Amino acid sequence: MKGEAAKEKIYGTPKLRVPIPFSMFCPGCHYGIIVRLLCEVIEELGIEGRAIGLAGVGCSFGPFPMLIDVDFTACPHGRAPAMATAIKRIHPEAIVFTVQGDGDLGAIGLGCFMNTLLRGEKLTTIFLNNACYGTTGGQMAPTTPWGMRTTTTPKGRDPSTTGFPLHAAELTATMKGVAYSARCSVHTAANFQRAKKAVKMAFQKQMDGIGYGFVEFLSACPPNWGMTPVDCLKFLSERMIAEYPLGEFKNANAIELPGEWM
Amino acid sequence: MGEKVLIDGNEAIGRGAIQAGCKYFFGYPITPQNEIPEFMSRELPQIGGVFVQTESETASVYMVYGGALAGARVMTSTSSCGFSLMQEGISYIAEAEMPAVIVNVMRMGPGIGTGGQHGQTDYRQVTKGGGHGAYRCIVLASYSPQECFDHMQLAFHLADKYRILVLVLSDFIIGRMAEPVELRTLSFDEPLPQKDWALTGKAKKGGMRRFYISGLIMSPPAYHQHMIEKYQTIVDSEIRYETYRDEDAELLLVSYGSSAKMAKGAVDRARAEGAKVGLFRPITLWPFPEEAVRGAAYRVGKVLVVEDSPGELVEDVKFAVQGRVPVHLLGIWGRYTPRGLMAAGSGIIYPEKILQEMRSLL
Repeated sequence: MKGEAAKEKIYGTPKLRVPIPFSMFCPGCHYGIIVRLLCEVIEELGIEGRAIGLAGVGCSFGPFPMLIDVDFTACPHGRAPAMATAIKRIHPEAIVFTVQGDGDLGAIGLGCFMNTLLRGEKLTTIFLNNACYGTTGGQMAPTTPWGMRTTTTPKGRDPSTTGFPLHAAELTATMKGVAYSARCSVHTAANFQRAKKAVKMAFQKQMDGIGYGFVEFLSACPPNWGMTPVDCLKFLSERMIAEYPLGEFKNANAIELPGEWM
Repeated sequence: MGEKVLIDGNEAIGRGAIQAGCKYFFGYPITPQNEIPEFMSRELPQIGGVFVQTESETASVYMVYGGALAGARVMTSTSSCGFSLMQEGISYIAEAEMPAVIVNVMRMGPGIGTGGQHGQTDYRQVTKGGGHGAYRCIVLASYSPQECFDHMQLAFHLADKYRILVLVLSDFIIGRMAEPVELRTLSFDEPLPQKDWALTGKAKKGGMRRFYISGLIMSPPAYHQHMIEKYQTIVDSEIRYETYRDEDAELLLVSYGSSAKMAKGAVDRARAEGAKVGLFRPITLWPFPEEAVRGAAYRVGKVLVVEDSPGELVEDVKFAVQGRVPVHLLGIWGRYTPRGLMAAGSGIIYPEKILQEMRSLL
């Protein structure tokens, strides 16, 4: 038709987004946006043929493997970094990444994650911090901010009995084998673009064989936060970012090895 | 004839794995199997393989899971306590039907036990499944370094043939006992299925992708029906056992692993005295040679189970003979030291004790 010839398609569904016509996440959840972001990054880096994803237990478990059109497996709770280690060691040319929630990476799998960093594996991890256990109904997570109510902290998280929130991106940055660590969010379009750059960088560090790449995402969980999606954005930008500042915590172009080690 | 070398059961495990084409080992130190990871850390890098010392047996089992998903022949080895720690991962590997091999060089338990000394107290755990979810693993019980070497080749073959986890069960005595081992290549004369399901990246599969969530999500009954049929095929095709001098026997010993080694010696000595005794040695503990044990027990009429435990194998033997033949047990109480010294955890069920027990039953 005459009028349509002038139209140019500049934005659409990413090629790697499996055409399931819904997000598979709750209304207002940010995971669907992160799925899209990952599809775009993998596509733009041209690594779709050698990307292998591993999703942890939680809301990422089923949807991420289903929605992103690359080799993918869901993993037992907290164990994605160990499984990813084996896959990367067997297929060094593959680009191996894990997608893990805060309970998965920060609680049951913290030992597994830290040891993977200690070994200096060349992997990439997308860490989803929504301040609670989403799938099981909103219990306290290692990332729950002080005072936040959850189903297992009905009066709010009390540091005197439940300790202190986990700052995974800062912690990861302290590890020698890590090449890149950042914290991002996707609650505004500008933040989406920053996050996309960070994820690209985290993959690039693996592609260049430099070291571990880590990106933490702050993400809303409207049903478990007990807020509307719009109120969640406000909570995220005020309360969450106050506890978890956004930004890069490490960006190394090389990881120095001791000169004489044998 | 392959070259013959004098090696212990642990080294035979490592050599057998490499013979089978296993180039990836993920393991955590624990007595009495440390010779296996040490051997692998030395040998694998020389053949383009990978050795990873993990931070726990939990990590080991998940690296094995990941490695199997990647389509490679992968393994780990451990001993009892570490094997307990692996149970969650074993359940997941079983669910995903991933081919891999785990070696358990048993030590006395429960708990920390004797800190790494001999014992055969993992029978129930390895044969009935220590993890959740009604799965099965093939269990090969080795009773000599030669069998350790051969079983590793068989284990990798069966794992790939059926897409199943195979456990090779050794113990402290077998692991630390040196014997001449012929480094022979076993040939299995059957094609193995292509691993077109492996996670390698799409490019290596012509753009086809694979993704795994859980086999049970769509239909639990269909999943379990599939597994029931697969397990039945294995029961029908893969039962292995050895019988020794049981043709005219009046007493049948049933034993596995290092106890079978002792029992075999006892049979020879009893035969030299003119006593009619024989040995039945299950090699696959799952699938258990139930019908064969039943047949042999009915023919002989009397059974003595010998195992270095409070009594676990004896349960399967009793189940097989269905109360129609008396089944006696010489368990851990049969241990002694030749000089009569008594100390906690000391002693072995030597052939002399088995001989004595046989005499009392004949």
